Amino acid sequence: MKILGLLSLLATHLSANSVNIEENAGQFFSSGHTNNWAVLVCTSRFWFNYRHVANTLSVYRSVKRLGIPDSHIVLMLADDMACNHRNPKPATVFSHKNMELNVYGDDVEVDYRGYEVTVENFLRVLTGRLPPSTPRSKRLLSDDRSNILIYLTGHGGNGFLKFQDSEEISNVELADAFQQMWQKRRYNELLFIIDTCQGASMYERFYSPNLMALASSQVGEDSLSHQPDLAIGVHLMDRYTFYLLEFLEDIHPASKSNMNDLFKVCPKSQCVSTPGHRTDLFLRDPGSALITDFFGSVRKVEITMETVNLTDPIEQVEQNFVNEDLQKESYSYVDQLPVSEIIHQTLAGEDAPGSIVAVGGNGLVMPPVFHFYFTVTRHDVATRQEEPD
Amino acid sequence: MGLLSDPNRRRALIGLLTRLNAPICVVCYMAGVAWFMGLAFEPFTLRTYMSENAMGSTMVEERFPAGERALATGREFAAHKKKTGGMPVDWLVKTMQSRGLEVFTQRFSRRLPFPDEDKERYMVKGTNVYGILRAPRAPRTEALVLSAPCTAGDHNNQAVGLLLGLAQYFRNQVYWAKDIIFLVNEHDLIGMQAWLEGYHHTNTTGMDWSPLQGRGGSIQAALSLELSSDVVTSLDLVLEGLNGQLPNLDLANLFYAFCQKIGVLCTTQGKLQRNDWDSVSGYSHAVQTMMLMAMKQASGRPWGDHGLFLRYHIEAATIKGINSFRQYKTDATTVGRLLEGMYRKLNNLLERLHQSYFFYLMSSLSHFVSIGYYMPAFGLLGVILLLRVSSTGYLTQFDVVQRSLHAKSIVLALDGDAGLRPVGHGAGLEGAEAGGRALPGRAAGLHRAHQLLPGLHPGSHAGARGRLRHAQRAKVTRLQRLGDRCGSVRSLTSRSSSPPRRVLSAFVLVVLSPACTLLFSVFFFQELQEMPVSFLDGWMLYLSVISQGILDHALYGSLVYPLVALLVYPCWLLFWNILFWK
Repeated sequence: MKILGLLSLLATHLSANSVNIEENAGQFFSSGHTNNWAVLVCTSRFWFNYRHVANTLSVYRSVKRLGIPDSHIVLMLADDMACNHRNPKPATVFSHKNMELNVYGDDVEVDYRGYEVTVENFLRVLTGRLPPSTPRSKRLLSDDRSNILIYLTGHGGNGFLKFQDSEEISNVELADAFQQMWQKRRYNELLFIIDTCQGASMYERFYSPNLMALASSQVGEDSLSHQPDLAIGVHLMDRYTFYLLEFLEDIHPASKSNMNDLFKVCPKSQCVSTPGHRTDLFLRDPGSALITDFFGSVRKVEITMETVNLTDPIEQVEQNFVNEDLQKESYSYVDQLPVSEIIHQTLAGEDAPGSIVAVGGNGLVMPPVFHFYFTVTRHDVATRQEEPD
Repeated sequence: MGLLSDPNRRRALIGLLTRLNAPICVVCYMAGVAWFMGLAFEPFTLRTYMSENAMGSTMVEERFPAGERALATGREFAAHKKKTGGMPVDWLVKTMQSRGLEVFTQRFSRRLPFPDEDKERYMVKGTNVYGILRAPRAPRTEALVLSAPCTAGDHNNQAVGLLLGLAQYFRNQVYWAKDIIFLVNEHDLIGMQAWLEGYHHTNTTGMDWSPLQGRGGSIQAALSLELSSDVVTSLDLVLEGLNGQLPNLDLANLFYAFCQKIGVLCTTQGKLQRNDWDSVSGYSHAVQTMMLMAMKQASGRPWGDHGLFLRYHIEAATIKGINSFRQYKTDATTVGRLLEGMYRKLNNLLERLHQSYFFYLMSSLSHFVSIGYYMPAFGLLGVILLLRVSSTGYLTQFDVVQRSLHAKSIVLALDGDAGLRPVGHGAGLEGAEAGGRALPGRAAGLHRAHQLLPGLHPGSHAGARGRLRHAQRAKVTRLQRLGDRCGSVRSLTSRSSSPPRRVLSAFVLVVLSPACTLLFSVFFFQELQEMPVSFLDGWMLYLSVISQGILDHALYGSLVYPLVALLVYPCWLLFWNILFWK
């Protein structure tokens, strides 16, 4: 009797666990990305623009702390503040006054420095059109499963951002660059943050899917600096990035904060300017996008003895249009490599869509990449297609 | 048709100018003077603001601690100065070296054309000592200068002491992006001139100096320090330099910003700023400050050691410490902190100061007018000249000529020579003569026209006519270039046919002579500075001003003496010519 009871308990426990495992595993790739990249750009030089370098370095620090390695970060700093002759504390860049936090640290890897930070180089990094001799550290080697964080700071105006006091990038150029990235399948989702005066004008022209944008001020407003340090003699940070840094310091790799919390960073009472954001091009609900989806590189691990059946990892977000019920066509990438063809040809000779073939013998957790290939029908290789069943 | 191309309208305009010539001139004169006086009225001025981005809004916490030690060094310097009877070169070299500077000296000598009235110098020999603080991490491309003159007696010891104290403090900092040169110059301006000439490898004044062994790159800014007391009640900023040149307004703005931050009383022209600009005394105070600045500029001499830097496009100013009978005293540490703050800001400069104005007048340290605002006053005075030139006869004559003469003669007529009738064809000449003969009665200021006419008959020899005309043209051309005195004098001299008139005109001419004007200006200047002098003292001062002006020209290349001697004085002599022309 007791043994039967115990066995039944064990059975229910196991079944519950397996349901749990399925849920957990199903949430693993809910965002659809497998790797994270970050492109952090500071566009202004000169000693009195110390704060822009400090902004960029503080975002760099957070991003690195949350797991994105240097090989996946492209850091562009237009001037060297740490080794500037006027720096009373050489080899440091502080973000808090009284020198509380040195964001320069020991292990900063600057990929583009000084005069290499130009509009052309920035666009080439984004679109990947770099000469073959460019070292890997200077390339954005993202693919269609990459979530990219792009952070820009400097002096800007209505529709442009100033690079190095000599050239500008316009919002149209930036939007076109992102479209190129989409067409070349260089990102899965992209988060664009800009901290300049009139920053909202820079994301007005975006038209590519899967973009989310945040800016520190609206058109016609100035983004203000936060606090001066009386020993160094410059303003150390901009307000928006200062509060962003404070917010990010509370994030750890397992935290579940989502984008809606990010939108609340630095309200008008703290920032003086009104931060703005844009989510209409983002296909998921911003509430379901975690902060760590963009700012960190999280490898989720679950230990289980079960076999998990991975079905469609992507949950479609309800399109909530207030006034119209447009049937929005949802896109996904076209199958590049007909793995299914190859595998089925080598193994069985006939295609078997919808089943998981255990390549290699263990089927604990299948990367969704392979899963996609298996569920695609053969003759729809060259065209866009509906989301696989 | 346009105003000037329509002959009817033009004739009407000419008629108007002819009829109302004298009243319009008077109105212009009054307007010019009123405009200039109105510049000091506070609502018409602008508040000073920092234009240079690199010297932005952030202030640094100054930490200079060693004011007392600086004063002790100053006392040591005074003792050594007394012992050697001049500049204690060896002691200075040793002290600067112990503070970690690279020290060099420069010898110079100059023989003055005649002995100096103020300081009884004739053969000047001296040594400049300067130490360079090399920026620890920066290339040696730019430099800043802090200088203190070494004067005989009990003056300026504290300045040298503070300079050495600051040198020691600066040496321990790592944030210098430019070299700092600490200069102690002997015989103030002469030594400074020798140093600058040696630094820039120019030799414009014929001084004899040994070449400089050490150099620091191009100098971005310079400050000269004059401090003769242990405590000060206020700091005075002196801006006027050689030939009336001024440093960039940003330097004055920087000084004022730090005065406000540290809380030191700061003045310019020795006059303290007042808040009651709407009262008569407040306004007159502002006018006095502005007039002082204008007169100092007009004198053309450098009013501090900084004045010679300006010629090399180095922004420089002199800071004088003043100890008067006020309750609140500022000690040397605070003055040191003010200088430290200024130098840290200047350290942040990326290019020479050029964002703010180079030509301005300050009615107080916080208010200024730029050249765009004060030039119209002088423009109005210049309009009087034009009106005089284009007065009656000439204008109607011009009209006649325009209608009946060849283009070539029109060009000659437009030469600007009053009284010159157009040359050219005989027929045209007759017409012009006919017009000309009607002139004299109405020609104000062109009385010579009727004197020209008899000498220029159409039948006379062409060559003689040409020569005569040329000679008269040359004389009349010089008349064109006179100042506004000319307008009034001319109107007087034009009707000077009767003896009493002549005597009156002669008296006015004597009063308006360069010599008398200078004498009055000297007394006026002393009044403005609230140090009025008796007549005898004023006379001695006047003589020293003249001799100093000549010396300035010989020593530093000041332009006032040649200007007065070669332009103003001959023009004044010509007026006697006009006055007593028979």
